[in-house]
Amino acid sequence: MTIHRRLLSGVAPRILWMLMGLLALLIAAPYFIDKYALSVLILILYFAYVGQAWNIMMGFAGELSLGHALYAGLGGYVAAGLFTHYGLGPWAGVFAAAAAAALAGAIVGYLGFRFSLAGVYFALLTIAFGEFTRIAFDHLDWFGGSAGLFLKVDVAPNPFDLRGGPVLFYYVILALAAAAFVLSRLLLESRLGRYWLAIREDAEAAQAVGVPVLRYKLMAVMISAALTSLAGVWNAFYYNNLFPETAFGIGRSIEITLAPIIGGLGTLFGPIVGAVVLTGMGEAFTSLGDTLGIPGIKQIFYGLALLIIVMYRPAGIWPWLSERLGLGERPR
Amino acid sequence: MTGARLELIELGKNFRGLRAVHDVSFTVPAGAIHALIGPNGAGKTTIFNMIAGVYRPNAGTVTLDGRVISGQRPDQVCAAGVGRTFQLVKPFKGLSVLENVTVGALHRHRDLDTARQNAEVILTQLGLHDRRHHLAESLTLPDRKRLEVARALATEPRLLLLDEVMAGLRPTEVDVMVAFLRDLNARTGLTILLIEHVMRAVMALAAEVVVVSYGEKIAHGSPQEISRNPAVLDVYLGEEDAA
Repeated sequence: MTIHRRLLSGVAPRILWMLMGLLALLIAAPYFIDKYALSVLILILYFAYVGQAWNIMMGFAGELSLGHALYAGLGGYVAAGLFTHYGLGPWAGVFAAAAAAALAGAIVGYLGFRFSLAGVYFALLTIAFGEFTRIAFDHLDWFGGSAGLFLKVDVAPNPFDLRGGPVLFYYVILALAAAAFVLSRLLLESRLGRYWLAIREDAEAAQAVGVPVLRYKLMAVMISAALTSLAGVWNAFYYNNLFPETAFGIGRSIEITLAPIIGGLGTLFGPIVGAVVLTGMGEAFTSLGDTLGIPGIKQIFYGLALLIIVMYRPAGIWPWLSERLGLGERPR
Repeated sequence: MTGARLELIELGKNFRGLRAVHDVSFTVPAGAIHALIGPNGAGKTTIFNMIAGVYRPNAGTVTLDGRVISGQRPDQVCAAGVGRTFQLVKPFKGLSVLENVTVGALHRHRDLDTARQNAEVILTQLGLHDRRHHLAESLTLPDRKRLEVARALATEPRLLLLDEVMAGLRPTEVDVMVAFLRDLNARTGLTILLIEHVMRAVMALAAEVVVVSYGEKIAHGSPQEISRNPAVLDVYLGEEDAA
């Protein structure tokens, strides 16, 4: 089966046109929206991208990771460290970042899967690794320790070193989000993807039909970790600073999981829809909080909204929405 | 595709001191259909799991065409040519019937299209083709049993292990399954070992029957011999299945 067929077979032409239209709109967006709207779009694309990466592990292979900040943080620190100390640009550093994250994923995955830690226990292991990496980075002077690592900002814009304004970062994260979407589709329409779904549904039955379960689970973690690390690199160069508390914090891990859970686990559009809804809600409740002048109101509404969505649409918004729109992407 | 010869040599398995299987030996020649019967808890499924690589035997070996397969992982045993069904069916619930069988077919065919085409052929043979786009979890139990067989066959095995695929089927459905398996065996020479309580199927299919009780082999012979064997009758005394 050719790549072309894998990508397009069974996709209705009107969905394809809608996607092309959406992409064209997003490419043109910086020319007609203001700075604030652009920053919101950047957030949406960031969460769509990391959600897509996380979804490969949880949505496809069925392994719950609550420690994905580990991979994002490692990626950011490795690329930022190489740039700060050796002047190595992020376009090269990203390979080291991805390798480090994939290795970390392999270690976490191997320990978890080899010793058959399932479900919640595996999730706890992923949290533990994130947490002790955070503590370790507090003491790694090369990475700035707990005082943080800062990237030079007083330099001329240079896309080759990922130095520039929001528009540059917007296009980079747009390219990443689009690529992750296409990659997810290609993975799903392959033996690898089908084996992941089989493992998610029933690992014992999958192994009985010849699936080397451990190897395929490890591949899911490593691919997911490597992709997540790219977002970490992007994040580090966008915000120009890194602190262990935030880069490896449990909060960062949780926010990575939200878009695919709200949007629809295991679906291709779920992470995107989830990112739009969550970021939109977040911004709306922030401005509501500012208007009312009540501190903390954002968090309360945000939590309530999540609760309501999870209660009434446990499979996520997208499966329900696509049914409504007659697009029919079932959760796989 | 031809069948493989299965040989169990002095196979034994303990679970924390409980002797589940002890010193079981028998051979299923290439292309034969044999049955493994015995009361509940006799160790039949444990024997299956040792052949399929789920359990590592504490003693003895399993060979397929003379090659040792015991101690290997289930996916390696599958690659060696063993397909198996589960007594408690294990469909990939959230996937369609077609996708379930396609996953099996992917074992020998990397290409998704080819695997799917093979899966469609097998589904047609088992009478599940019209339900191929249904989710596996929506199937009735008899259909799930059929799906188990279809998925195992999709891996193109040379030995098929069937764990109570007739249980829960109506007599007419049993006859359909028996006819299918007999035809499959005649056509391809596939070796089949079945665990079965439905004697109607055992009598119709198996050339030889191995009887186990309390983890040990107590009899081995043709269905007619077995049904007259005093040790077997003793084990089954009071059980209506023995009729």
